[in-house]
Amino acid sequence: MLEKALTGSKRYWTWITFLLAFIVAGVLAYLHQFDYGLGVTGMSRDVSWGFYISQFTFLVGVAASAVMLVIPYYLHDYKKYGKIVILGEFLAIAAVTMCILFIFVDLGQPMRVMNVILHPTPNSILFWDATVLNGYLFINLIVGWTTLTADRKGTPPPQWVKPFIYLSIPWAVSIHTVTAFLYAGLPGRHFWLTAVMAARFLASAFASGPSLLILLCLIVRKVSKFDPGREAIQSLGKTVTYAMFANVFLLGLEFFTAFYSQIPGHMHAFQYLYAGIDGYSKLVPLMWTSTILAVFALIMLVNPNTRRKEGMLALACVSVFISLWIDKGFGLVVGGFVPNPFERITEYWPSLPESLVTLGIWSIGFLILTILYKIAIAVRERTASWPELH
Amino acid sequence: MSINRREFLKIAGASTLFGLTGTAAVEEILRTNADAAVLKGPNALNAKRWAMTIDVNKIRSEEEYRKITHACHSIHNVPDIGNKKDEIKWIWEEEYENSFPGLSDEFVPDHIKHKPFLLLCNHCAKPPCVRVCPTKATFKRPDGIVAMDYHRCIGCRFCMAACPFGARSFNWRDPRPFIKEENKEFPTRMKGVVEKCTFCSERLARGQKPACVEASNGALTFGDLEDPNSEVRHVLSTHYALRRKPDLGTGPSVYYVIGGGTEHA
Repeated sequence: MLEKALTGSKRYWTWITFLLAFIVAGVLAYLHQFDYGLGVTGMSRDVSWGFYISQFTFLVGVAASAVMLVIPYYLHDYKKYGKIVILGEFLAIAAVTMCILFIFVDLGQPMRVMNVILHPTPNSILFWDATVLNGYLFINLIVGWTTLTADRKGTPPPQWVKPFIYLSIPWAVSIHTVTAFLYAGLPGRHFWLTAVMAARFLASAFASGPSLLILLCLIVRKVSKFDPGREAIQSLGKTVTYAMFANVFLLGLEFFTAFYSQIPGHMHAFQYLYAGIDGYSKLVPLMWTSTILAVFALIMLVNPNTRRKEGMLALACVSVFISLWIDKGFGLVVGGFVPNPFERITEYWPSLPESLVTLGIWSIGFLILTILYKIAIAVRERTASWPELH
Repeated sequence: MSINRREFLKIAGASTLFGLTGTAAVEEILRTNADAAVLKGPNALNAKRWAMTIDVNKIRSEEEYRKITHACHSIHNVPDIGNKKDEIKWIWEEEYENSFPGLSDEFVPDHIKHKPFLLLCNHCAKPPCVRVCPTKATFKRPDGIVAMDYHRCIGCRFCMAACPFGARSFNWRDPRPFIKEENKEFPTRMKGVVEKCTFCSERLARGQKPACVEASNGALTFGDLEDPNSEVRHVLSTHYALRRKPDLGTGPSVYYVIGGGTEHA
């Protein structure tokens, strides 16, 4: 089926070239980092994780969100998702690939990455994260590819793939839970040491992933003859609405615990992120942008009149995605390191090489997504006129 | 292949420690691989759980502090990179309120408030850094020392996020150009790995106390926490001492003696 990605319109090839340009820039920046060391990034002794690990954390959520299509379709037989469940699975593949790449570029000694397998260490959450991420990639490759091949032939998917589909549901929850455990089990990092971390991760995942999926569906409809279906998009919109409310609620719980208890260590990171401490306030504008976008999106989403208009829904989805990207793809990781264990403040901002590597990996992700979607669309366009199979 | 190499290094390291050989070739190997080769000599100091006490009143001048940190950093090839972002340190000074966040208040006497405290790895009884390391590159020895294998570390820095004491440094760039005078008997590190205080395991193996203790003029003591007759137990039974962030349950092995002793000399 891969050959379907090799033919396309001029617009398709322009987009591919655009992505390749960013990938080349990213690779060059990475070679520089590989040569010099991670000192080319904005990270420091005090803020020892930055953009790379935040992107990884955010994208695990995007990957996990495929389950928001899989559950209704396979467990509740919600037929409207039949045509787009493949888009969710392929999005998961692209997102997990980005996650793995982001971990890789964050390593100080990348040539030794196999040590994680050579010296397996079950007490390390990172060991489990590597395990579940690779497993999830594998499951989605199997399920996505098999179901699409079956579709192309006009047959129902083979029976043996069903267990993998069901397995993908708890597995999707596991990838984000384990990722939350990377943070939530560390003594002395008050901002991260919270039992609702995994729950908040899942809530934000089920808002950010499906909102990206809605945007992708709208794009797919525009650039191809394949229509994901208005009703499917509207249902996803409801998922985004519920999940975003859950996410904001959970964030509110964090604020309550920190500020009602008045325990300094619990308040510090929030104060740094939303107000700044002693004049250190690099992240404040970002965090407030995130907040305003979240409020705006919720208003748009909760009101059926705006949510039902696809243009408005798209605007809300863009807001949700950016808001959560700032919150989780930036603030959450950096905030955990500020103030440092000596209650001193070191600020962090990504450097140019770091930003280029990051953009490069996002471009690789979008390239994978484009190719996979191109194939899926080609199959869907051909079978669009056929009667429903499942 | 790696086992053979490691075995060879152990023999090479042991030979050097015993003073049986000192060829340039062995020294060259030791220079980069000595950490894998810390093998105990006949006079090695042993303990069930090594611990340290730091009597903050016994270190009086800036010069004395510098003597202690320099003793450590010079023999361990700790680079002086000269900027805070890339900084690497094994033992250093912080003020009281930064050393003991949450314990500070405005009425703490000035001589404590503005007293620099020596900070280093606490060699915790339940080290979170060891718990999170995905490759066992950082591990706890039977004598309580939290040690590192710089050759196994993949540089993920999970240990830095996990350490509540900020004891760990990462080589953001090649440290070797920033080592003023290289000690050929201790390995230098490469870019991309984490490092920290080792409680001078290489010196203990030769029967010497840690360099900082030796340079401290009696302000620092070192011994077995599980031996009631050890020097550290003697200090702890006669003086009031604090540990950093004991509420986190990691069990730090470094004690700070704040007040005077009950003992009359």
